[in-house]
Amino acid sequence: MNLKTKLTAIIGAALLIFSGATAVNAQLKVGFVYVGPIGDHGWTYEHNAGRLAIEKALGSKVSTSYVEKVPEGADALRVISKLASSGHGLIFTTSFGYMNPTIRAAKRFPKVRFEHATGFKRSGNVATYSARFYEGRYVVGKIVGNMTKSNVIGYVASFPIPEVIRGINATYLAAKSVNPKIKIKIVWVFTWFDPGKEADAAKTLIDQGADVIMQHTDSPAPVQVAEKKGVWAVGQASDMTNFGKKAHLTAIIDDWAPYYIARTKAVLDGSWKSSDTWHGFKEGMVKMAKYNNAIPNDVIGLAETTRIGIMNGSIHPFAGPIIDQSGKVHVKAGQNASDGLMAGMNFYVKGVNSKIPK
Amino acid sequence: MILEWLLPAILTIVTAATPLVFAAVGEAVVEKAGVLNLGVEGMMVIGAITAFATAVSTESGILAVIAGAVAGLALSLIFGVLTVYLQSNQVATGLSLTIFGLGLSALIGHSYVGKTFSGLPKLQLPVISEIPILGQLVFGHDGLVYLSVLSVMAVAWFLNRTRAGLVLRAVGENHEAAHSIGYPVRLVRLSAILFGGAMAGIGGAYLSICYTPLWVENMTAGRGWIALALVVFASWRPWRAFFGAYLFGSITIIQLYAQGMGVEVSAAFLSMLPYVATIIVLVLISRDSIRARLNAPACLGKNFHATG
Repeated sequence: MNLKTKLTAIIGAALLIFSGATAVNAQLKVGFVYVGPIGDHGWTYEHNAGRLAIEKALGSKVSTSYVEKVPEGADALRVISKLASSGHGLIFTTSFGYMNPTIRAAKRFPKVRFEHATGFKRSGNVATYSARFYEGRYVVGKIVGNMTKSNVIGYVASFPIPEVIRGINATYLAAKSVNPKIKIKIVWVFTWFDPGKEADAAKTLIDQGADVIMQHTDSPAPVQVAEKKGVWAVGQASDMTNFGKKAHLTAIIDDWAPYYIARTKAVLDGSWKSSDTWHGFKEGMVKMAKYNNAIPNDVIGLAETTRIGIMNGSIHPFAGPIIDQSGKVHVKAGQNASDGLMAGMNFYVKGVNSKIPK
Repeated sequence: MILEWLLPAILTIVTAATPLVFAAVGEAVVEKAGVLNLGVEGMMVIGAITAFATAVSTESGILAVIAGAVAGLALSLIFGVLTVYLQSNQVATGLSLTIFGLGLSALIGHSYVGKTFSGLPKLQLPVISEIPILGQLVFGHDGLVYLSVLSVMAVAWFLNRTRAGLVLRAVGENHEAAHSIGYPVRLVRLSAILFGGAMAGIGGAYLSICYTPLWVENMTAGRGWIALALVVFASWRPWRAFFGAYLFGSITIIQLYAQGMGVEVSAAFLSMLPYVATIIVLVLISRDSIRARLNAPACLGKNFHATG
């Protein structure tokens, strides 16, 4: 082999590799960062379902990858940067605590598009998205207000952030509207995912008189405790009927698939822009699971009218007057709460007999 | 009035403490033999998934507990062979054992997510269990709760009252000396490691078939680390580890009850307490003069390499 053929061979090989590389580049790599394990059967499970939906809908145009169980904080920045530097063009960071790491990674990788769930900080290449879970909580509130005999709702809460507080308020307002004697007991477990601790919190609430257990944590353990103790429960993020066939009244289901597919398509056709998305029943991001057969028909009817009312805008979970515990009026009668007020909600409405932990 | 909520609170504390008791007492024996196994979390989670899988497929609680123990033991065997016979670093091997256990359990558990198991039957004695308060308090638990108390008794007796226990402690205090007298240092250490693995496995089994009868990945949620901390906190004494576990459980549960009753306590502060206590104990034992009194095995974490 003389020098000339050698050179041609090398150039040919290089060309081959290069063309291979461009073919890979044409395929969009979409990365996901999850806070829990994909087998949590709750929050992360649904985000992963959204990821799989992207693969199904867009086939060979995309490839997806994910990193699960990423702690919120410094580790998250490392994981997000790793995804960005390994050729991912679109990265979904799916927990509130990834907010600052996402913004920092986005500065470092200006060409990569980021989507951060449930946060409020945006930039040129960081969009945020969340679901109006509180709409689901409001429908649930109408149901539990009718189902409770002890008039005490037990609420297993994770962290005192606006999203969780909003859910508690929405539940309480709806339950109160159908049952003036309603009380809500809240226990904070300061974790998104610890089946043992969530179960302990549920037991505590039942021991203290609650006969409906609601949760804003990710494992099905509270539903299971409710089943064992013979009280009602409401699932979180996924349908949790399996863990409490008798107890499970319904669940608020997150459906991220349509949004994830739309955003991935937007990157593919170049129309992606940073935006703030907050979708609810109307867009299908929030759904209700099947209602338990034990719920009387008129209550199901009420739940459905509420859901449809929220969809067509005739009902708003935070319709005025919205008054906090100190008596301050946040929304006047006849008006609805603005998205800004709801996004930053850091007060309990009047009637919630508890204090937000500092 | 107080009894009305105190009784259920105590019952909840028992379930929260029991997995910690198993894991901590097992690890205490391992550390008494001079071996630091940081893989408790991994062994627990493997025990949890194996027990749950067995429970779902056989519907037998006893088989499930045995399977959990065997799984924990099998994982600890890897650790034992690596550290005792192949002289690998105990800290690094223990840490990788935890990571390995978490990963392997997720893999095995993939098809068990979403399945349920009715849980172990509670002990119900005729007449006695009907006695108000006392009946429930003493006789109303899962079988494993009684096993945990029995195992603490057995371990305390073994370590302090038997010749074999003395040999084990000697190996942990000074392996060179124990070796020169003719005790089989490596065999003693391997046996202790296997016992610790089986106990951690039972602790995990308690989580997945009694505490919350379900399988979700990562369900131990750090309890293996708490058990490790408890061993130090208890200065390697089985009964202190037992009470440490109950103290830890009590603080967790009482703060939940206090929240439900609207008492203002900082939940974050209370959850921190047991760890603070552990750090204080650690600081104390790092000062040599008190070390002896606090019972720390002198050869803890040091590999034994037979010479001559």
